[in-house]
Amino acid sequence: MVVPILKQGQYLIASVQAALTDTDLLKLRDALTEQVGTYRSRGVIMDVTALDVMDSFACRTLSDLAVMIKLRGAETVIVGIQPEVAFSMVQLGLKLEGVATALDLEEGLAYLDQKVKRVARAINEQKR
Amino acid sequence: MPLTSKRDEIRTPISSDFDIVKARQRGRELAATLGFPPTDLALIATAISELARNIVRYADRGEIILSLVEKGEKRGIVVVARDDGPGIPDIELALQDGFSTSGSLGLGLPGCRRLMDEFDINSRNGMGTIITVKKWLR
Repeated sequence: MVVPILKQGQYLIASVQAALTDTDLLKLRDALTEQVGTYRSRGVIMDVTALDVMDSFACRTLSDLAVMIKLRGAETVIVGIQPEVAFSMVQLGLKLEGVATALDLEEGLAYLDQKVKRVARAINEQKR
Repeated sequence: MPLTSKRDEIRTPISSDFDIVKARQRGRELAATLGFPPTDLALIATAISELARNIVRYADRGEIILSLVEKGEKRGIVVVARDDGPGIPDIELALQDGFSTSGSLGLGLPGCRRLMDEFDINSRNGMGTIITVKKWLR
């Protein structure tokens, strides 16, 4: 199952359409890390609304993704974690610490806008 | 029709990460036939995912056996994860949060125990592993 990556302005949006295998998750992580450079993106939105299970491997891969994207100079936000998926993550002991999350795509975009604006402002101030 | 007879077992051979997805989807479908709420379906699918991944990671191959069970008034789902792999040398250690021999988060087994109502593990060094977990319908 290949996850389509959409370019939306200065952001990349990866929208999971169905259950993903471990290999699919790793491929997606690598594709996003690569494409952030190709498109000079400022942010990545990972929409997991359709993901059936967020187990320890998925969680670890998404954490790694967020760190890798950060190292490439962009921001990541995970959106669409369903209530029952959130509950099983907590039971399992997964916290997804240090990773930004938002309710849905709209909130995710708002979060990135805020983050990216702050960075742009800091750069402008440095130039002055 | 007795729900515990052999012919009601759903067996999924596990040897690749695609099988992990297949097993957890079958588990979710079977649990849904009993009327488990969405929250429990997610817990069951997640537990199966962890158990199946352990098979691929540590034993290369094995199987996930799903069945429905009745005990008095109670009804539930049983998940058996079986492999002929190297076994778990120290079960107590393997059940501790954060312990892992593979560089993973080490939450699979202890987490799986928290997700389900009953958890039983049978493993000996070099003799494979059988993990049986149950979730009862409330």
